[in-house]
Amino acid sequence: MAGIASYGAYIPLFRLNRADINSAWGGMFPVPGEKAVAGYDEDSITMAVAAARDCLKGFDRSKIDRLYFASTTSPYKEKLAASIVAGALGLRNDIYTMDFSGSLRAGTSALRAAMDAVDSKAAKSVLVTCAETRLGAPKGDKEITLGDGAAAFLVSDAGVAAHFEGSYSMFQEMHENWRSDKDVFVRSWEERFIREVGYTRVIPQSIGVALKNCNITAKDITKAAIYAPDPRLLATVAGKIGFEPFSQLVDPMFMTVGNTGSALSLMMLVSALEDANPGDRLMCVSYGDGCDVLIMKATEGITKIKDRRAIKRHLESKKMIPNYLKYIQWRGLMETDPPPRPPINHISVPALWRDREWGLSLTGQRCKKCKTPQYPPQRVCVICQAQDDFEPYHFTDVKATLTSFSHDNLAASIDPPTTIAAVDFVEGGRIIFNMTDRNPDEVKTGMPLEMVFRQVHYWEGIHNYWWKCAPIRC
Amino acid sequence: MGSIKGIRDKVAIIGMGCTKFGEHWDKSKNDLIYEAVRDALIDAKLETKDLEAAWGGTWVSGFDGRCLADPLKLQYIPVTRVENACASGSDAFRNACYAVAAGAYDICLAVGFEKLKDSGWSGLPDQQSLPSNRYPDRTAPGMFALMATTYFSKYKLSPEEGKRMIGLVSVKSHHNGTLNPRAHLRREVTIEQVMNAPIVAWPLGLFDCCGVSDGAAAAIVCRADVAKKYRPDPVYVKALQISVCPSEGEMRADYDFTTVKATVRAGEAAYQEAGIKNPREEISMAELHDCFSITEAVTCEDLKFSPKGKVKQDIESGFFDLTGGLPVQPDGGLKSFGHPIGASGVRMLFEMYLQLQGKADKRQIKNPKLGLTHNLGGIPVSNTVSVLIIGL
Repeated sequence: MAGIASYGAYIPLFRLNRADINSAWGGMFPVPGEKAVAGYDEDSITMAVAAARDCLKGFDRSKIDRLYFASTTSPYKEKLAASIVAGALGLRNDIYTMDFSGSLRAGTSALRAAMDAVDSKAAKSVLVTCAETRLGAPKGDKEITLGDGAAAFLVSDAGVAAHFEGSYSMFQEMHENWRSDKDVFVRSWEERFIREVGYTRVIPQSIGVALKNCNITAKDITKAAIYAPDPRLLATVAGKIGFEPFSQLVDPMFMTVGNTGSALSLMMLVSALEDANPGDRLMCVSYGDGCDVLIMKATEGITKIKDRRAIKRHLESKKMIPNYLKYIQWRGLMETDPPPRPPINHISVPALWRDREWGLSLTGQRCKKCKTPQYPPQRVCVICQAQDDFEPYHFTDVKATLTSFSHDNLAASIDPPTTIAAVDFVEGGRIIFNMTDRNPDEVKTGMPLEMVFRQVHYWEGIHNYWWKCAPIRC
Repeated sequence: MGSIKGIRDKVAIIGMGCTKFGEHWDKSKNDLIYEAVRDALIDAKLETKDLEAAWGGTWVSGFDGRCLADPLKLQYIPVTRVENACASGSDAFRNACYAVAAGAYDICLAVGFEKLKDSGWSGLPDQQSLPSNRYPDRTAPGMFALMATTYFSKYKLSPEEGKRMIGLVSVKSHHNGTLNPRAHLRREVTIEQVMNAPIVAWPLGLFDCCGVSDGAAAAIVCRADVAKKYRPDPVYVKALQISVCPSEGEMRADYDFTTVKATVRAGEAAYQEAGIKNPREEISMAELHDCFSITEAVTCEDLKFSPKGKVKQDIESGFFDLTGGLPVQPDGGLKSFGHPIGASGVRMLFEMYLQLQGKADKRQIKNPKLGLTHNLGGIPVSNTVSVLIIGL
């Protein structure tokens, strides 16, 4: 029977105080709390990779036979994003990759599709990733409420930490939230209508059917992870269903992260799994053009999943964005004076293709003669000059420290200074990276570092990804 | 390093020319090439038709032999464009010298030139990266800053001590530049100005970085045994060495940024070719590749002018000043000239040539015998280096 074998999540390091947004626009929306904001070099693809790496700790990636990427904010309208995520994770290339998009239920759709694939024995191990970086128009309420985040699950047929017990889905065609092919920002209809005819009616009805299908009642649910655009609406539907808000509902992270769209209920499910005990019954509910309800029960396996950053540790580790203007610049919402540097060279697609393994997954090589790891791959060993005598070597999760660094004010960056870092790996090998998610004042020689997958250039519609180093986050 | 055969004393310089370096808004690269070569021909008392072959060194301002044939209207002689990063000009000179030493020609021309200010950028016009751009964003000052911070750390200099040490390098070079009408920047700076200047990439501030300019310089070389036919005071080629790093510093964890191995190798080879045992004593003066102040300091150690980790004492004692034991950058260096990439190597030779002939005016060093020039193309982790020595 299909179930969740592992989980992971990602919340960007940076948070923006909602009061900063509100004061920038004259105080129309005095909403409390803060929202999580993807760094200038992050997007839904990089955040999906981060959540997947959290999820896959301790798991053999070569056993994964499907990868689903769900998001309404894929960097591409036409081009598979799942293949970039799979490439960054170094998955086998004979696997089925698929993007789920368009719907705020994309995340649960992918999770349910994974469940169905495993139950039907079409797949044994499916990695589901979901990430969102939705934009609300400046000065509007959604700019204040929307946040960025990601979740990932490994759905398997064996060794699961929670097995699926049932699901229910329905659709309701209604323009509640939408973003056309010409829109940058999310639009919504007037709130009173969509609240009454949409969320507060559809969710209780769907949950009721799902409970009935499983022959259980609301009291049998230990924790319910229910998508919630704001906490008041969640309280309303909880009352209708008969959930005890404080003990049975998962915090929708409104005060700390914001509404992460299709990723929200999945992130809430990760939060529930982090605290789950064997036998706990969990529910995950998403909403958008209808409703998906998934019900699952934790097994003994839940106790074996350890060392995840998941929601708790990601929530705790944060840096505040100093001001609203920086956020506006990071999201590219204001044209600013270009840096006094030549633009980057154009990107060669054949070169990207040749780099697809070592570039995307930071796979170098180790010389079989002198045993020195090296990156990028060479034909001639940089140490002993042996020729064509290498084995692949993965740098992403190797311990590394900072050997030398500089903060460069001249380099063209959205977030200057550009921190250049010579990074040495514990088993040998050096790579020069840019450092991200750092406070320049806290960068010190000898500090331990981790590798993070980030967007490094954008040119002519091509989002180009590579790796950076970052202080070990948590 | 194997035994170096070399071409010591087989080739002589009999004419040189060098334009003023700077922002030549009113001159094209062809104007600059023409003026440098015209002056070299006048100096050698030769005409264009006497030139048998030519090499033009440029980084991005020309593409093939036509880069010289066109502006000079050379009449169907062989011309080759040479590109070897910041050593392009020096390598063009090396090629011309080798052709003469080989006996292929009697009189050859080498030109270094670069026109950077047409690009519209205040820095270098091209960012080098892999075609996939899966590469860290790194500028020259950012990469040489690694050299500075690591040097300070290795030799236990406080940030203030370190900044002061490299700051004095720039103060000295700016002073020399004030004495040179061909220099781009001709202004004295104080150590306080240098240390308090805006930071480009810490610890490198504005005055720790060389500027960018336009310029050209040319040399005419001939067989040493006939050189005195052309002029009474030819200058002889003692060593022409190039060393190229296989980009290993960015991949090898044992590279520590406080040295440039290619400089060490090119220097050792040049000393062997020129028969020099004690460079600190025997080299009379040097033009080093001071793209950044820290580069000059480290190069003084790599070329054995100062013991490892001890260059600070020599900088502070004025050993590298015009009146010191081994003047470095007597013409003001890249610091005062800016760095039109392909032109810089030949510009350095020009100063050594003037000094050896006693024609350096207010900058004249007393009785120089051997002058060394050094170019470092690239960054500390990956580079191409030339060390040339000329003398009487």
